[in-house]
Amino acid sequence: MLKIVAIMLCGMAVGFLLRKRTLRIVPKAVTVLIWLLLFLLGVEVGTNPQVIAGITSLGLEALWLSLAGLAGTLLFSWALWRWVSRKKGGDGR
Amino acid sequence: MKGSLIIVGFFILGIVCGLMGWLPSLDDNLSFLTLCALLFCVGMTVGNNTTLLKSFKRLDPRLMLLPLMTIIGTLAATAVAALGLPHRSLTDCLAVGSGFGYYSLSSILITQYRGPDLGTVALLANIIREVITLLGAPLMVRWFGPLAPISSGGATTMDTTLPIITRTSGEEFVILSLFHGFLVDFSVPFLVTLFCSL
Repeated sequence: MLKIVAIMLCGMAVGFLLRKRTLRIVPKAVTVLIWLLLFLLGVEVGTNPQVIAGITSLGLEALWLSLAGLAGTLLFSWALWRWVSRKKGGDGR
Repeated sequence: MKGSLIIVGFFILGIVCGLMGWLPSLDDNLSFLTLCALLFCVGMTVGNNTTLLKSFKRLDPRLMLLPLMTIIGTLAATAVAALGLPHRSLTDCLAVGSGFGYYSLSSILITQYRGPDLGTVALLANIIREVITLLGAPLMVRWFGPLAPISSGGATTMDTTLPIITRTSGEEFVILSLFHGFLVDFSVPFLVTLFCSL
């Protein structure tokens, strides 16, 4: 975990030092690296018979977890919105 | 949306190559090194973007709590949902939830720590989250207020879901959406690795 965080912080420091320049190549590099990594993840999935056999149940688990997460965010953002708009009204404006 | 389709295309291409055995067995280090390069580049784009950081000063301080609401809301609900998946540990589920729609990075990190099984769940769960936000944003605004699609968009409100948020929540929420995406995006590698190492 520390390694991952350290690498990202190093990247931020370098990006900040180079803030006078627009790093046009970096977003492109990010896109290509993501493609490569997702391809490698696919290869790992494809060569793993257990994952392939369970792909439907993995999909259902994913759906369950994402629906739950969405419900949570909707509830909490709604609560924040109610709080913010009520305070706005209560300011006596 | 087109970008997501290309990414899914690469994932499927990888599965096909793996199934057909077209590739020689790959070194495990290759994906880790690529991941390190990716994180370094992501860090660079964040550190480089000082104009974005400056525009955040104009935000209503109470609305700045929104990223926290997103994180707490997702993790609390995911923890409850974990009860429905007895074969997964709580931390596994929380790691998947901490992707906040950032499917590429979260699935890669989770594959590194927990293997391709949970990595695939993370990929699918976070793609679903982005797609539901893109499709459901108008209804979310109507039922839960203008902050709802921003919160449900999670880490993607800085890029892929920004156009739909601008259209459904309104122009005045653009800066908030950027701020939210920026912070949640940044929390993904921390939270995912944290839950994977617990």
